[in-house]
Amino acid sequence: MTDILKPCRVGNINLNLRRQGQGRAILFLHGAGGVSEWSPFFQELSSNHDVWVPDHPGFGVSDNPPFIKNMSDLAMFYLDFLDEHAPPDGFDIVGHSIGGWLAAEIATRNARHIRSMSFISSAGLRLEGCPMGDVFIWNAEESIKNLIFDPVIQEKRLNAQPTLEEAEILVRNKFTFAKLAWHPRLFNPDLKKWLHRIKVPTQVIWGEHDGLIPKEYAKMWADALHAQECTVLKDCSHSPVSEKPVETAQLIKNFLGKYSS
Amino acid sequence: MKVLNFTLMPYRAMDVPASKAHRSAWVVLPNTFYDPEKGAHDYESYIDLLAQSEPLGFDGVCVNEHHQTAYGLMPAPNLIASALIQRTKTIKIAVLGRALPLVNNPINIAEEFAMLDNMSRGRMIAGFVRGIGAEYHSTTVNPFYSHERFHEAHDLIVKAWTQPGPFAWEGEHFNLNYVNLWPRVYQQPHPPIWIPSQGSIETIEWAADPSRKYPFLVTFSAREAVIKNLLAYKDQTQKYGYEAQSSQLGWAAPVYVADTVEKAMQESREAIEALFNDYLTLPMEMLLPPGYTSIESLKKIIATKKAIGRGGFGGPNQRQTLERLMELGTVLVGTPETILNQIEQVKEKTNLGNFVSMLQFGTLSNELTQRNQARFASDIMPKLQKMV
Repeated sequence: MTDILKPCRVGNINLNLRRQGQGRAILFLHGAGGVSEWSPFFQELSSNHDVWVPDHPGFGVSDNPPFIKNMSDLAMFYLDFLDEHAPPDGFDIVGHSIGGWLAAEIATRNARHIRSMSFISSAGLRLEGCPMGDVFIWNAEESIKNLIFDPVIQEKRLNAQPTLEEAEILVRNKFTFAKLAWHPRLFNPDLKKWLHRIKVPTQVIWGEHDGLIPKEYAKMWADALHAQECTVLKDCSHSPVSEKPVETAQLIKNFLGKYSS
Repeated sequence: MKVLNFTLMPYRAMDVPASKAHRSAWVVLPNTFYDPEKGAHDYESYIDLLAQSEPLGFDGVCVNEHHQTAYGLMPAPNLIASALIQRTKTIKIAVLGRALPLVNNPINIAEEFAMLDNMSRGRMIAGFVRGIGAEYHSTTVNPFYSHERFHEAHDLIVKAWTQPGPFAWEGEHFNLNYVNLWPRVYQQPHPPIWIPSQGSIETIEWAADPSRKYPFLVTFSAREAVIKNLLAYKDQTQKYGYEAQSSQLGWAAPVYVADTVEKAMQESREAIEALFNDYLTLPMEMLLPPGYTSIESLKKIIATKKAIGRGGFGGPNQRQTLERLMELGTVLVGTPETILNQIEQVKEKTNLGNFVSMLQFGTLSNELTQRNQARFASDIMPKLQKMV
């Protein structure tokens, strides 16, 4: 696994970057749970793409610079990242959950390095009258049951015994998640009115049984973005990336084949 | 030693069995559980009980702040303090405390304390706390910034109390063009500030700092932890190059006294077990939201915490029994002699100088509380007050 870890610095901040594959570059912006391995989703995606998966500052084992205080700071940080690291022909961005929110915050500011965007179960907007789940009040078992649809994967997660190192990363991820998303809870009240600034092709992917951000949000995102594609996956909750890795990767590949230029 | 009387003002008529259908008696317990007629009766009773503290000889009375819970009916403790100012003449009135990070403009807190300090002609003690983890759920304030907001709010309030206004406050979390308190505080330079806490090293270092020397009050903790935290405070003052005075060291605990240990246990059992098992139900996610503690403190708390209610500590099905709470020394239940003995032990080891007795707790009735208060005031308190 170590060969996929590439040193990556933005200014003087060290990011833990996993990167593998040949082809056009995809930047994956992870959700609040972070990334712990080169999962089947990344395997599939990297069969014909150069897939970049950084741990955001404050997540995983990346640095945690104190000047990143909120989602706006994180978006500005990623604009620096793009200026320093984007290939000449840019990235196709895939964002999951708060990573989708982050992607939207980046692209509404400056989409110079962005060819296309895929939003998976994205946080960032609020649909009035359709509340999200309270991920911060759920205990570990409730979180797993609400975020995962497949009982087999649920069971596996419930029985997982994280090492001390893994447990520390979980706590670290949760702290940074709270910093970014506690209030307003998982959204930016000022984001929606600027989504029209995203002119690149977009697609929206959601799990039909998303227990955190209900599937009604998929339509709101697709409408606000005038998205080229919007897919709701059956038998799937908040994490299509882990529950439907191949199908989700295929949706992205097909979308990129059609629209990314 | 100074002795102060405190109640949380729990909502005693809570339907406990029905409350178990909910995650907690905090934040999510539907307020349909609250019957205004019964609640109004509780307010009246509690204010009467606290007002009796003066003729009984206490040095002070205490109230505190909690939100959206049956555990304590004082989301605005200064309102109760204001009522107590009118019902007493000489004793101290301690608000233990106001939760500084939870407000958007700390000047509101500075102003209210300044009013109370004038209205009481300098009898106020201002406790400053961060609020319990659950209150970050109920107020939506980001727990990640709890410490920063606490420190900045504190600095702003103290400056507002001590520096001539108007001045501007250019902060990270608070920004004000005009800070100019009307009224100014009555006590000079400002009302005493106390820090009630369950003892994190960050809090101890900060409170003991020579520029502050704030009295530290350990609340709701096992005897071992009370001693450990008070000694940590003393050690810290020595590191800073001074000796902690006994007036800087406090302990707050539920107390129930009767003729025999058996009788005390029998009369207090239901109320104490209700407090720790039914009112103080806080799953870990509510008690310690992310960032409320540092990662290091969080690890320490998980490893050592033994004294607080069900849920995160000891598993949801393990009830805290009175016996267990007595053994830990989290509660003091017994005869005047056994209780005095337990307080003396802590005094000997720590030089404790403030004891806050919680003589009403959980569902304890007015009748038993009155008996408890009178007995504590006649048979225990004078001896504590004579201790140097």
